[in-house]
Amino acid sequence: MSLELRRITKTFGSFTANDEINLRVETGQIHAILGENGAGKSTLMNIVYGLLKADSGEILVDEKVIDISDPSDALRAGIGMVHQHFMLIPVFTVAENIVLGHEKTGKFGALDIETARSAIREVSKDFGFEVDPDAIVETLPVGIQQKVEIIRALIYEAKVLILDEPTAVLTPQETDELLKTMRELKAKGTSIIFITHKLREVREVADQITIIRRGKVVGAVSPQTSEGELASLMVGRTVDLAPEKHKHKIGEPILVAKDLTVRNALGAAVVKKVNFHVNAGEVLAVAGVQGNGQSELARALINLEDHIEGSILLSGEEIRGKSIYGSLHAGIAFIPESRELDGLVGSFSIAENLILDLHDQAPYTKGITLSAGVVLAEAEKKVKEFDIRLQSVSDAVSTLSGGNKQKVVIARELSRPVKVLVASQPTRGLDVGSIEFVHERILAERDAGRGVILFSTELDEVMALADRIAVMYRGEILDIVDSNVTREELGLLMAGVASKRVSA
Amino acid sequence: MSEIRSSVEKRRLRGVVVITLLSSLSFLYFGFISPGKNKTTFGFVLNNEWVLIKEWVIASATGVKIFSGISLVASVLAILAYRKRRQIVFPVGVATFGILMSFITWAASGKFIPLTGLLQGALLLAVPLIFGSMSGLICERSGVINIAIEGQLLASAFVSGVVASLTHKTIWGLIAAPIAGAAISFLLATFAIKFSVDQVILGFVLNVLVIGLTDFLYKKLLVPYQSTWNTAPTFGKIELPILSKIPVLGPIFFSQSIVVYLMFAIVATITFALFKTKWGLRTRAIGEHPTAADTVGIDVNKLRFKNVIIAGLIAGVGGAYYTVGSVGAFGKEMTAGAGFIALAALIFGKWSPIGAVFAALLFGFADNLQSTLTIIGVSIPSEFMLMVPYIATIIAVTGLVGRVRAPAADGVPYLRGGAH
Repeated sequence: MSLELRRITKTFGSFTANDEINLRVETGQIHAILGENGAGKSTLMNIVYGLLKADSGEILVDEKVIDISDPSDALRAGIGMVHQHFMLIPVFTVAENIVLGHEKTGKFGALDIETARSAIREVSKDFGFEVDPDAIVETLPVGIQQKVEIIRALIYEAKVLILDEPTAVLTPQETDELLKTMRELKAKGTSIIFITHKLREVREVADQITIIRRGKVVGAVSPQTSEGELASLMVGRTVDLAPEKHKHKIGEPILVAKDLTVRNALGAAVVKKVNFHVNAGEVLAVAGVQGNGQSELARALINLEDHIEGSILLSGEEIRGKSIYGSLHAGIAFIPESRELDGLVGSFSIAENLILDLHDQAPYTKGITLSAGVVLAEAEKKVKEFDIRLQSVSDAVSTLSGGNKQKVVIARELSRPVKVLVASQPTRGLDVGSIEFVHERILAERDAGRGVILFSTELDEVMALADRIAVMYRGEILDIVDSNVTREELGLLMAGVASKRVSA
Repeated sequence: MSEIRSSVEKRRLRGVVVITLLSSLSFLYFGFISPGKNKTTFGFVLNNEWVLIKEWVIASATGVKIFSGISLVASVLAILAYRKRRQIVFPVGVATFGILMSFITWAASGKFIPLTGLLQGALLLAVPLIFGSMSGLICERSGVINIAIEGQLLASAFVSGVVASLTHKTIWGLIAAPIAGAAISFLLATFAIKFSVDQVILGFVLNVLVIGLTDFLYKKLLVPYQSTWNTAPTFGKIELPILSKIPVLGPIFFSQSIVVYLMFAIVATITFALFKTKWGLRTRAIGEHPTAADTVGIDVNKLRFKNVIIAGLIAGVGGAYYTVGSVGAFGKEMTAGAGFIALAALIFGKWSPIGAVFAALLFGFADNLQSTLTIIGVSIPSEFMLMVPYIATIIAVTGLVGRVRAPAADGVPYLRGGAH
């Protein structure tokens, strides 16, 4: 089945998310759509899937114009979608999720789940998946949940399958498996639209690449195009994919974690007796697939978790059990995983957000009142220093773009005297330009002799920035390796296969 | 490594500890410190059912020791079950029963307790609560918070009373009541779903609206022209052959008005429909993850709208119970907060139909025990007994009865693309 989009346009207020986009996907083709976050890829796919309505333009299936105003229209036309945030009901079983929306009923309107069970087993067998139809979805690993979504699309005979950022949550091995599945699907005649911003995967699997920038198609290229070219098409200028890392002397251990255990609200250990240290002037990257305890470990370093056991020594001083305020002022800078949720107060102004942690100290405060003038003046300085693009420091921080929000967080965190910078997924959801800035900043802190602990699920980022790499798997640090490790070795470690190499 | 209990275990431990303490306390206080001096008489016969035992007479102090003994043994079993990480629901239930019976035996020393009557009254008091909680259940499982149960009950009680008075037919009252309940639901659905108004505030406002409106009409219409407007006939009891003759159970369950039988049918239907049918699967889906439901082609807001209306119809039948189902005439604010207790029963029952029914029965029992003890002249302030349902709900919400989790999207209006 072929799918063609003609002059699709979609605006939100004054913002044009999609501007006259043309696209053609042939039968049995893997068509990659490449673009930065916010380029309009997801909007476009939501239009194809009927979740959004285009202002103008046509969608053609097998050369015939069809009207898609609802996901059920898309399903009927043979378009299936695997969403970036899985569209599964967490408390339902796999089979219940699959029958939802396509229920068959028997006597007294009772649901027929059995047909779905056998269909799931059949498709699983065809593709070598191991999926239990009666498992509750929320108990399954993300990789399996994704397979459930693919199985669902296949059971309902999707001829065009949209995969929206499918590799964001997968291990390198799971990613390889997914790419293999994609090729198998293609061999069976399914067309695939593969949405991503990861250049490596695109070049590996795509037949055709369309690049979108700011809502416009800026290029249609073949997978032979080099990564550098693809990146510059995506961003609109030449970019430095690998930041320059100066060689320099690494100092003494500055933060040492001993037998650190973190438990969640249910009492289960999510970080299990981990031991590591970071030296002054060094970047220690903590790699791992999302959900293996990295978030909790990062939060534990500033005592932001409720049940922490073990010891955290910052320049020899025990900081475990301190208040969060105490930990921050002891010399830890913290870039939280979600800047919107934990990093900023959205409705506060940019200037206010820049002093969230310093509002009680001179020169920002005098007696019981804030010195508004000083706050604004300091904010202006920070805005220059960190190149934050804005209209006024008095605007609400929520009006900024993702990259500029992150700059506000970083500027604030580095305005205290810092010994160790803890950065949790600092580039998640940022555009290439902002990523460059964050990377440079992290390396600048390293070069200035501070310890940096970088939590990241992006292999490229880990390899580019780290001096040493700790790999977390199911709450444990499996190994700490040098930065000259290969991607394959790192991938195996992330999948839980312990390597023989041990380093200090 | 030090043992940290998971919070589920902590909660179970708390439950076991509380029940053991209460058992010991009841054993000591009712049995030894302040024992009843006379005999307690339990009556088992209410109507014309077959007689198995007519009465049971026992010295209050001995009875207390027996019942408290049972609850102590059950508490020990609960502790053992907890140690072995097995289910503790059954022993805890037995222990609770023992404590309750000790209390009654102690309190009614020298008096007569009509046990069957006590239970029958409990069921009757629970009827509107069960209808109300079923209304709340269907709304909240679909993702719409329904605080307006009280308003639905009151409006439909009023309408059914008036319609039955004017037509002199109970059946017209029973038909009109669900329509009134659905009308309140229509307002709730329109504002909550179409205009995304905060559902808690909205429900509260609807309650105030209904109370004001019925008070006004009551004063201006029902009181001055009572003979035309407020003399509704009532449904008679339907005694089911044979079943109604079963000792104890017969008079409680099988000698009731049509409204009560309707309630049994509605609860059974909802239980089946919610977990075994297409409608139920979709309803639970839109209450948990509406975006996911939307992407498989379910019209979330349409189904929510439909379900809120169905919920109104059900609450409406419960409203009819107040007038044509029992006393006939409408009284000012006669629901007296039952809608809120129904909401409490829903939470106490963990959003499951059977759980909500048991919770409602428990609340009905506490209410009726209070009035029975007052009638036979026990010197405990009845206000204390009236607090029981609310205290039980607070305990439930703080987690003594296990994990209480509302549907994930409860109270969150669904707007397509709202996640972006």
